[in-house]
Amino acid sequence: MRAKTVDRIATAIIICVAGFIMLVLAALLGYLLVRGLKHISFDFLTSAPQAIKVGGGIGPQLFNSLFLLVLTMIITVPLGIGAGIYMSEYAKDNKLTAFIRLIVEVLSSFPSIVIGLFGLLVIVNTFGFGYSLLSGALALTVFNLPMMVRLTEQSLRNVPKEQKEAGLALGLSRWKTISSIMIPVALPSIVTGSILAAGRVFGEAAALLFTAGMSSPRLDFTNWNPLSPTSPLNPMRPAETLAVHIWKINSEGLAPDAPEIAAGASAVLVIMVLLFNLGARWFGRVVYRKLTASK
Amino acid sequence: MSAQGLSTNNLSVFYGEKQAVKKVSMDFEERSVTALIGPSGCGKSTFLRSLNRMNDLISGARIEGEVWIGDKNICDPHTDVVRLRQRIGMVWQKPNPFHKSIYENIAFGPRYHGVKGRKQLDEIVETCLRKTALWDEVKDRLSQSGLALSGGQQQRLCIARSLAVQPNILLMDEPASALDPVSTAKIEELISELKKDYTIVIVTHNMQQAARVSDRTAFFFLGDLIEYDDTQKMFTNPSKKSTDDYISGRFG
Ligand SMILES: Nc1ncnc2c1ncn2[C@@H]1O[C@H](COP(=O)(O)OP(=O)(O)O)[C@@H](O)[C@H]1O
Ligand SMILES: [Mg+2]
Repeated sequence: MRAKTVDRIATAIIICVAGFIMLVLAALLGYLLVRGLKHISFDFLTSAPQAIKVGGGIGPQLFNSLFLLVLTMIITVPLGIGAGIYMSEYAKDNKLTAFIRLIVEVLSSFPSIVIGLFGLLVIVNTFGFGYSLLSGALALTVFNLPMMVRLTEQSLRNVPKEQKEAGLALGLSRWKTISSIMIPVALPSIVTGSILAAGRVFGEAAALLFTAGMSSPRLDFTNWNPLSPTSPLNPMRPAETLAVHIWKINSEGLAPDAPEIAAGASAVLVIMVLLFNLGARWFGRVVYRKLTASK
Repeated sequence: MSAQGLSTNNLSVFYGEKQAVKKVSMDFEERSVTALIGPSGCGKSTFLRSLNRMNDLISGARIEGEVWIGDKNICDPHTDVVRLRQRIGMVWQKPNPFHKSIYENIAFGPRYHGVKGRKQLDEIVETCLRKTALWDEVKDRLSQSGLALSGGQQQRLCIARSLAVQPNILLMDEPASALDPVSTAKIEELISELKKDYTIVIVTHNMQQAARVSDRTAFFFLGDLIEYDDTQKMFTNPSKKSTDDYISGRFG
């Protein structure tokens, strides 16, 4: 009888907490969307911002966010998965490995503004990459890599060791066992990790202020030559992202409709994150099914 | 000793300081079943896993002595472990099919080892599934996941998978102990069938199973090989008292 009562109370508390969290999330999402959706139009999504006039859009910023995402993931995902595989499957259990693991832990909790400053000093100035998409992508890589490495390492460690042994017992090489037997099993967690990393790219502002910069040069969306300074595809041009743009117009926007633009841009950002999340999960599931023949 | 004969000579295995297998010397008869029995923790799995160098994966594990396959001592550090393992199939206690289709579970190994062409692979898949009496049960759903099969079917799939790379030796670590009686009977039947072509070493904690499937039985205790003889003799008239005690259930 007593155990039952305790069980009921615990269940009630857990339901309340879960309900409360759901409520907060729904309220947050609802607020952002209600405030922002009415400003979103095709024109808003495609036109350039206006400095002091009404009616500016967020076209370049939207594009920059997406491009930066792609650029960052191209660098982060292979490096992160590679290092994660190394840490889980190749690294010996010694002091050096423990030290690397510690560094990774510390790095993953670094404040992003510090990473931004590091990016400014090292990537922008010392390497001479200037305020550019590439600098931003590299800074975000520093920011995301630790998480990617840890998640990959963890998801490989969670693959039952009998899977690995079965691969090796068939006379597969170590790499073949990892790449064809273990990675497919670990894939869902690796995809989740990549999604988390990508979400941070969309949302990050502080690490980008001094690396990708706060301005966007006039872009010519008909110019697809990546070497030309006005081409949207040029990775060496400065690029303000959506998150940075929101921060900027909120703090120093001169356009009369700055609050509306910020609201609209926030809603777009949230929708983008949602869409990306769903898309990446769907993609991950398709690949997983293909690799594992599961339903 | 013939080209594929399997034997050990003073084989010891250590986990750090702890010695799990103590100077075991055994000759395995070709194309027959050898059962390893003994109380839990006596080193049966450790011994079995050193026959295909699977203990290499455990950090801190160390081998002394020799394991001979034909005229090669596979404990030699120059041994090509990958090639070696191709010639030795292994089956685990818990069925562990790859997270792939039934077809891929079997075709994956041979394809990696150079069998090209859909037709040849199809043939291998069918042959291996027939050998393990699984063909009729799965021939219509080869593209489904191997994990969708029942436990007993999964275990036979794992055996079929190991046969696909044409080993000479099969190592089985309690292959039926996670299965129901019907599946267990099927596996035992299969083992009796397979010994025509393979040298089989099977760990089991089930006395009746050892008596039913094996030709020779080895009794391990605390890492020592206590007695090794024809199964018939081991179960009717063992020469060591502790063997008798164990087999008749007085300890362990
Ligand atoms: N990975 C390991 N690390 C350390 N000790 C181990 C490991 N695996 C097994 N042992 C020890 O080695 C001994 C033999 O184990 P095992 O070969 O699994 O016995 P069995 O298969 O006969 O039950 C046991 O005492 C066990 O605790
Ligand atoms: Mg065991």
